[in-house]
Amino acid sequence: MSEIAFPALDMSIIGRRDQIIQGLAELVPPECLITSEDERRAFETDALTAYRRMPLAVVLPRSTEELSLVMAYCHQQGVKIVPRGAGTSLAGGAIPQEDAVVIGVSKLNRILEVDYGDRIVRVQAGVTNLSITDAVMADGFFYAPDPSSQLACTIAGNIGMNSGGAHCLKYGVTTNNILGVRMVLIDGTIVDIGGRHLDAAGLDLLGVIVGSEGQLGMVTEATVRILRSAEGARPVLFGFDTSEQAGAAVAAVLGAGIIPVAIEFMDKEAIVICEAFAKAGYPLDVGAMLIVEVEGSELEIEAQLSLIVDIARQHGVKVVKESKSAMETAAIWKGRKSAFGATGRVADYICMDGTVPTGQLSYVLKRTSEIVDSYGLRVANVFHAGDGNMHPLILYNVNDPAEQAKAEEAGNDILRLCVEVGGCLTGEHGVGIEKRDLMNVQFTKSDLDQQMRVRAVFDPLWLLNPAKVFPLEGRIAA
Amino acid sequence: MNMDVRPASLETPATEADLIACVLAARASNNTLEIIGGGSRIDLGRPVQAKTKLSLKALTGITLYEPSEMVLSARAGTSLAEIEKLLSEHRQMLPFEPADYRKLLGSQGEPSIGGLVAGNISGPRRIQVGAARDHCIGVRFVNGRGELIKSGGRVMKNVTGLDLVKLQCGAHGTLGVVSEVTFKLLPRPQATGTLVLEDLSDAAAIAALSSALGTPFEVSAAAHLPAGIAGPSALTLLRLENLPVSVEYRLNALSKHLEVFGKARRLDEGEGLALWQRIRDVEFFSEPKERAVWRVSLAPSQAAGFVKALRAQMDVACFYDWGGGLVWLSTPSDAECGAGLLRATLSQFGSGHATLVRASAEQRAHVPVFEPLSAPLMKITQGLKASLDPQGLFNPERMYAGI
Repeated sequence: MSEIAFPALDMSIIGRRDQIIQGLAELVPPECLITSEDERRAFETDALTAYRRMPLAVVLPRSTEELSLVMAYCHQQGVKIVPRGAGTSLAGGAIPQEDAVVIGVSKLNRILEVDYGDRIVRVQAGVTNLSITDAVMADGFFYAPDPSSQLACTIAGNIGMNSGGAHCLKYGVTTNNILGVRMVLIDGTIVDIGGRHLDAAGLDLLGVIVGSEGQLGMVTEATVRILRSAEGARPVLFGFDTSEQAGAAVAAVLGAGIIPVAIEFMDKEAIVICEAFAKAGYPLDVGAMLIVEVEGSELEIEAQLSLIVDIARQHGVKVVKESKSAMETAAIWKGRKSAFGATGRVADYICMDGTVPTGQLSYVLKRTSEIVDSYGLRVANVFHAGDGNMHPLILYNVNDPAEQAKAEEAGNDILRLCVEVGGCLTGEHGVGIEKRDLMNVQFTKSDLDQQMRVRAVFDPLWLLNPAKVFPLEGRIAA
Repeated sequence: MNMDVRPASLETPATEADLIACVLAARASNNTLEIIGGGSRIDLGRPVQAKTKLSLKALTGITLYEPSEMVLSARAGTSLAEIEKLLSEHRQMLPFEPADYRKLLGSQGEPSIGGLVAGNISGPRRIQVGAARDHCIGVRFVNGRGELIKSGGRVMKNVTGLDLVKLQCGAHGTLGVVSEVTFKLLPRPQATGTLVLEDLSDAAAIAALSSALGTPFEVSAAAHLPAGIAGPSALTLLRLENLPVSVEYRLNALSKHLEVFGKARRLDEGEGLALWQRIRDVEFFSEPKERAVWRVSLAPSQAAGFVKALRAQMDVACFYDWGGGLVWLSTPSDAECGAGLLRATLSQFGSGHATLVRASAEQRAHVPVFEPLSAPLMKITQGLKASLDPQGLFNPERMYAGI
C-alpha cells in the first residue's frame, strides 16, 4: 500500500497566503500568530511523526472570543482549520497542510473553577489532563481519564479523541466524565452545551462532540467531573508463561464479578523494553504479565486481592508480586505509562489501537504475532486487557521507506483482524489520517454517509480538520 | 398541530428487514410514524401526531450475552424484564438502574430496552456510574432514508467515527427507529447498605449528600426525601454497594464522617432496597394523577435554593436524587403546569434544565415539555433531525416543534 494520502491543496488559498496572514494579524497580537518557516515547523506533525506537512500559519488565541474571531475569519475566507491540543495524537489528528491554519489552544491554559460541593472543575481547554488532577489532588480528588500522555496532552485533545487510559475500566473514558463544554462553531458562533448538571438538555450533542476529532467545532472550555480518590490503591504484577493463560485469567476475574480499577497486559517483548527503561521490578522470565490494580481501604484491598490471586493461581500464574510501597507502585505504573516512550528508545514504532471483545484477546494476540512475523518485523504488546483495547507496537526503522510500508501494512492487517472478531479500529487514539482509509472495513457506505451527514450539520464546507476520519473519496457535504 | 381524524394504522415488524420495509413505505407515501416500544412511556414528551403506529413489540430477542465480557445485545422490543431476569441469573445488571415509570404515568405495557435508550432513562445509580447513554455502546437503527445504520459496537472502548449511539440515547425516537442495542454491564453488588439521616432541612441534607459523595466510600445513590414524601419526617439517604466486608466497613466509616449532620441510622437491607426502588420509579408522585410532574437537572449546590425560591411562589412537592442534582417536582395542574415560573426560577440558579414528565396530552401539546434551546443549539438540532430523518417520518413533534 502506498503511504497515506492528503487531499489536494487549494491553490487559491496558498496564493492568498500573505493576505490571509494579514487578516489574521488584524485579529490577534503578534505573539499569537506564527508565520515564519522555522516556527511553523513545530506544528507540522504530531506523534505520528512519519507524516509532516507545513501549515499556512498557526494562531494561538488567548480567549474564546479571540478564537471565535479567528474561526469566523477563516470560515469567511474559506480557509481550512486544523485544531491542535498538545500535538500528542498517535493517529495524525493534528497534522496540517499548506492550505490550512492551525488553531492551537496552548494559551487557553487556565483552571477557571474548582467546586468540591458539585464535584466539578471548569477549565480552559488547553490545560493538560494531569494538571486537573494536580489542582485537586491535595484535597483528595482526581480527574479519572488518564491517557499515558497525560503530562502533555490537553483536555481539548482528550475531548477530540474521547481519550481513555489505564483506569477507564472502572471510571469510564472522556465522554463519561465531561458535563459541559463551551464551543466555537465553524462560523464563530459561541455555544454552551451542558454545564454543571448531569444529562444536558435536548439531544445529546455532547455525546457526538466528544470523539469527533475536531471536525464539529473547537472546544475552548470544559466542565469535568472529579471524583474522590480511593483510600488506597495497590497494583500487583502477575506473571504467566503464556499470553493465553493471562488472557484467560482476565476473563475469569471479570466473570467472577470483580472489577479492578485497571488490568494492564504486557507481552515478553514489552516487559523487557519497559523494565530496561523503568527498573520497575517486572519479572523477566515470564511470557506475559498483568498489572492488576485494586482500590479501597487496606481491608478491602486485601479482600479483593485474595480473590484475584486465587483466580490467577487457577490459571497457572508463575509470579505474583504485590507493590509494597508507594515508590514501588509509582515504578510499576511508570514502566507501563512510559511503554511507548521506552519502545521509542529501542526502535521506531507505530502503535495500533484496535479494541476486541475480551474473549478474543488470546486469539488476536496469536494472530497479531503471526501477521507481524510474516512481514519480517517485531511487535511488542502492551494494552488495557480489561476492556480489550489492544496496543500492538510494531517496531521498524523510520529511515527505511520499504520497512515503513511493511509496518503500516501489518498494522492495517491487525486492524482488519480486530474488526473481523467483532471489535473496532480504534479504542482511544482516534482515526485521524492513520486509519481513515480503513473506515470502510468497519462501516458500510450507509453508515459512513450518515456520519458525514451529521458532520455536515456542523461544517457543511468541510473546513474543519478535513483530511481526517473519513476516506477522501465519496465525501458528503450535506 | 394537525389533528388527523382517521384512526392510525398499526405496523408490527418482526425483523430488521420488515422494519426497513415499513420505513421505506412510509417514506414513499409521505406517511409519518409513531414509534412504540413497550408503550409504558408513550406519554413522555409532546403528543405525536402520526398516521401510523410502528410497534416494536415483535422485534424482540437477546442476540448476544457474554457474561465474562459483561456485554449484552438485544433487539429494541425486548422487554426489560426479560433482560433483567437473564442478567440476575448471572449476578449482573444494567448499571444505570433503569426506572419504571408505569405507576408514575399510570401506563400499561412492558418497558422495552429500546424505549430505555430512546428516553435515556437512568435511576439513582446514575450519580456513581453514569446514565443509560454512558452504558449503551452500540446501536443499529433505521434512518429516514430507510437505511440500516450501525454505530458503536460490542466493545467498551471505541472512538471509531462519530458517536451516533449517544445521539440516539435520549432522542425519543426522533432520529430513527432503533432496532438493536448493546449495553455494557456490571456485576450485581453482593451487598447493599443504606444509611439514613432524619429531619434535616433541604439545605443541610444536600450538604450532607455532597459531603458523602466527596468521601472515598463510593456512594452509589444519594437522595433526600423532605418531610411528607415518604413519611412524616425528612429522610436523607445514602447507599453503599460492594463486597459484604466492604459495605460493612464503609457503613461505619461513612456514619462517622456524617456525624456533623446527625446520627446516621442503618436501614435493614430489604427496607433499603424497597425505598431505593420507590425513589427510582418516582412512586411518591404516583397520586394524585392530576398534578403535573417535573424532572429538573441542575448543579447539586443550587438545588435547595432553587426549591426554596419555587416554594415561595407556588405549591410544589419535591424530592431530590443524584445528590441533589436531580429534583423531582409535583406542581398544580393549571394549564401551564407552572412551566413559566419554574423555568424562570431555574434560570436564576445557574445551568440546568426542566422536563415536564407527566401532564395531560393537551398540556404537553402547548407547554414546552423539554427545555427550550438557545437559537444556535436549536439550529444544530434541526440540522441533525434533517440529516437523520429528512422527511420528518419519525415521532413528529415529540421533542420540539418540527423535531
